[in-house]
Amino acid sequence: MDTPLLEIVDLHVAFGGTEVVHGVSLQVQPGERVAVVGESGSGKSTTAHAIMGLLPGNGRVTSGRILLRGEDVTHADEARLLRLRGREVGLVPQDPMSNLNPVTRIGKQVAETLVVHGLAHRRDAAARAIEILAEAGLPEPARRARQYPHEFSGGMRQRALIAIALACRPQLLVADEPTSALDVTVQQQILDRLEALTHELGTALLLVTHDLGLAADRADRVVVMSEGRVVETGPTAEVLTKPQHEYTQRLVAAAPSLSAARAVAPAVATEPKPPVLALEGVSKDYRIRGRGGVLRAVDDVSFEVRRGRTTAIVGESGSGKTTVTRMVLGLVPVTGGTIRLDGDDIVGMRGARMRAARRAMQPVFQDPYGSLDPTFSVERLIGEPLRIFKVGDKAGRAGRVRELLDHVALPATVAQRYPNELSGGQRQRVAIARALALDPQLVVCDEAVSALDVIVQDQILRLLRTLQDDLGLSYLFVSHDLAVVREIAHDIVVMREGRAVEQGATEQVLDQPSAEYTRQLLDAVPGRAAAERPLFSGG
Amino acid sequence: MTTLAVPAPVRWRALQKLARNPMGLVGAILLLIVVVAGVFAPWLAPYPPAEVHFATPFQQPATVGFALGTDDLGRDVLSRVLHGTRASLQVGFLSVLLAVVVGVPLGLVAGYWHRLDAIVSRLTDLMLAFPFLVLAVGLAAINGGGIGNAAVALGIANIPTMIRIVRAETLRLKDTDFVLAATAMDAGPVRILGQHILPNAISAIIVQATVIMPAAVLGEAVLSFLGLGIQPPAPSLGIMLSDAQQFLFRTLWPGVFPGIAIAVICLGFNLFGDALRDALDPKTVSEGH
Repeated sequence: MDTPLLEIVDLHVAFGGTEVVHGVSLQVQPGERVAVVGESGSGKSTTAHAIMGLLPGNGRVTSGRILLRGEDVTHADEARLLRLRGREVGLVPQDPMSNLNPVTRIGKQVAETLVVHGLAHRRDAAARAIEILAEAGLPEPARRARQYPHEFSGGMRQRALIAIALACRPQLLVADEPTSALDVTVQQQILDRLEALTHELGTALLLVTHDLGLAADRADRVVVMSEGRVVETGPTAEVLTKPQHEYTQRLVAAAPSLSAARAVAPAVATEPKPPVLALEGVSKDYRIRGRGGVLRAVDDVSFEVRRGRTTAIVGESGSGKTTVTRMVLGLVPVTGGTIRLDGDDIVGMRGARMRAARRAMQPVFQDPYGSLDPTFSVERLIGEPLRIFKVGDKAGRAGRVRELLDHVALPATVAQRYPNELSGGQRQRVAIARALALDPQLVVCDEAVSALDVIVQDQILRLLRTLQDDLGLSYLFVSHDLAVVREIAHDIVVMREGRAVEQGATEQVLDQPSAEYTRQLLDAVPGRAAAERPLFSGG
Repeated sequence: MTTLAVPAPVRWRALQKLARNPMGLVGAILLLIVVVAGVFAPWLAPYPPAEVHFATPFQQPATVGFALGTDDLGRDVLSRVLHGTRASLQVGFLSVLLAVVVGVPLGLVAGYWHRLDAIVSRLTDLMLAFPFLVLAVGLAAINGGGIGNAAVALGIANIPTMIRIVRAETLRLKDTDFVLAATAMDAGPVRILGQHILPNAISAIIVQATVIMPAAVLGEAVLSFLGLGIQPPAPSLGIMLSDAQQFLFRTLWPGVFPGIAIAVICLGFNLFGDALRDALDPKTVSEGH
C-alpha cells in the first residue's frame, strides 16, 4: 500500500494541563474524502487544527505523530509550517464572517496567498486570482474581486475562502464545519462546488462536521469522534448502516431525518376546537434608515396554531420567521393584520390585557447560553415569571420550581447552580422549565434546538413532545431545519422573503410539496442521498 | 455572539485569577498598605498632624523622634503623610461614591430609553468638553475649599465617564436574549434594569471605580496644591507639596514623601484596576499572557 497522504498516529493534544485529544489515529489517502464527525467538545476541530500547527492559545501536541506524505510535521518549526499551510494543506474555516480581512479587497486577499507562496508575481497575481475565484463558483469574478468582504453574502464569502484555500493547489484540504453558518440551500451549492473542485484537482478532503447527514452525502470514509477519542471508523455506508460502537448507534438514531418514522401522531383532520393562535394577513415594515425607504420583512402571513398541536415555521435566514415570533410575543409592533390569541386580537394591546396575553404564551429562544441571565441561579431563573406575575408565596414558588425541574427531567440539586455550570442541553431544559412556569397555552420556540448537538437535540425534541402530550401545550416552532421540523410539527408554514410560500399538514408539505421553493429546501437537506439508499432506518 | 456578563461563581474564579497575576498582586499589596495607613492614621501617627515643633524645623529623615524628618514649622512629616493619605482616600472614596450614585442611574436610563439618551448624552458631551481638572477647579472656586467640596467637585468631574460606561453596557445588555426573554415574560423596565442589566454591568462599574479613584486622589492633591481643596492646617498631600515647594532649596525631603505617597496610592489603584479588568473579562480566559 502507498504512503498515505496524511497519517495521524496516536495523537494527544492538551490545553494547559487538560488533555482534550486522547490518542487519535486516522489516515487520509490521496484524493480521498474523509469526514470527521462528532459533537462539540469531541476534539474534532482540535485534531484538524493540530495538523496545520494552528492550535490556539496554550494548546500543544503532547505525544503522537502527524505524518504528511511520510514526513513528520508534528513539531515542525514555524518556517516549515508556513510552507505547509496553504501550499500543501489548505484550510476552509468555519466562520466566513471573521476569516476575511474586512479592509482588503477580495481579489487582493486571494492574490496575496499566491504571492506569499511564490506561485505568481505581483503583476499576474491579480489576473490569476480572478480565475481562481471563478473556479470557486463566484459569479462575475472580475467585478467581485474588487469588492470588500462586507459586500459579500455568507455563501459568497465561503466561496472566496475556498478559492484562497485551493489557490495553491494543496494536496489536502481541511474543511472545518465549512457550511454550518450557512443556509441549507447555500450549503448545498457550496458543498457541490467543493466536491467538484476537489475531484477535478485530485485534492484529498478532510471534512470536519457535526452533521451526520452531511458526512453521509459527501465522504468516502467516516471517522466518528467522541470525547477526544476515535470511536469508530470505516466506509461511510458501513458506519451509518451498521454502526458498531454504542456511541455511533446513538448518534445515528438521534440524527433527525426526513425519512425516519415520525414520532408525532398524524393530526386528526376533524377537530372542532378553536385554534390557540391565529394570524391573519400579518405584515411588518421596517423603515430603512437614511433612505426613507421601507423594507417589508413580513408580508401578509396567515396561519393557525391548533390547540395541543405544533405549527412550525420553516425558512432560511432573512425569511422573516423570527420577526413573526417577535410580533406574536408582542416584542415588536405589528404593521398590519390581526394576531388572535384564544380569540382575542392582541395587536396593539397594552396594560393589563397585554399582561394576560403574555402570561398565556412563553418563549424559548435559540441560544441557551444567551437566554438565561448568567447572574441568576437556576431557581431564580425558573421562578422569575412567577415573581413577575406574583404567583404564590416564597415557599410555594420554590415548590413549583422543584416540580418544573422534575417536568424537564433535571435533578432538584440543579436549582442552586448557575447557567455557566450547566451543559447546553441542561440550559435549554431550564429555559423550557421557565417557559412552563405559568402554565401557558402556547410556547413559542425560536430555533430552540438548533444550537444543540444531535443527541441532545433529540432529547430536547422528545421532551417537548412528552410535555405536549402531558400538559396539552401548543407550540409555535421556528426552525431552519426541515428534518427537525418533521419530527415535531403537525403543521408547517414555509416562509421565504417575508411571505408564506406554502403551508399545510406536515406529511403533505414534506411528501408532496407544491411550491418550487419547498422542493429546493427538501433537496438541499443533507442526508437525503444517504436516506434514499436507505441508510437511516428506524428512528 | 458573546455574553460577556460575569456570573457569581465566575467572580470567585476572577479573584483566583487576580491572585495569580503578579502585577495585580503588587497592586493589591500597595493598596492594602495605603488603606491601612489611611484608616489607622490617628493611631499610627506619632504626633498630631498639625503639632508644631519650632525648635526642630527641617530635620532630616531618620532623625530620632521624626522618622521622616520635619517641615518648615517642625511638624512631623510621617504623621502628616499618614493623615494626608487618609484625607486623599476620603476624597477619593466620596467622589467615587458620587460618580456611582449619579452616573449609574443616568447611564442605565440613557442606555435603555432612546429618547432620554439624547438629553443625557448631550449633557455628558457638554461636560466632557471641559477638561476634568478645569471643571473641578471651577467648581471648587465657586463652592470654596474643604474636603467635602473637593470631593463633590471631583465626583461631578467624573460623572460623565461613569455615565458613558454604564450606558454602553446597558446598550449591549439590552439586546441580549435574556433581556428579550424577560420582556416577553412581561417584566417591567425597573425589573429589567435592576435585576438583569445592573448586576451584569457591575464588573464594568467596579473597574471604572478603580479608574476614578486614583484620578480623584490626584485631583485632590492638585486642588489642595492650588489652595482650592483641603484648607490648612488640615493635612493633605497636596498642601504638603505646596508648602515644601517654598523651601525646596533648603531641603528636599518634606516634598519627597507626600510625592511618594501620591504615587503609591495611584499606582496601587491602577495596577489593581488593570488586573481586575483582566480578571473580570471572560475574553482573557487563558492563563498567563
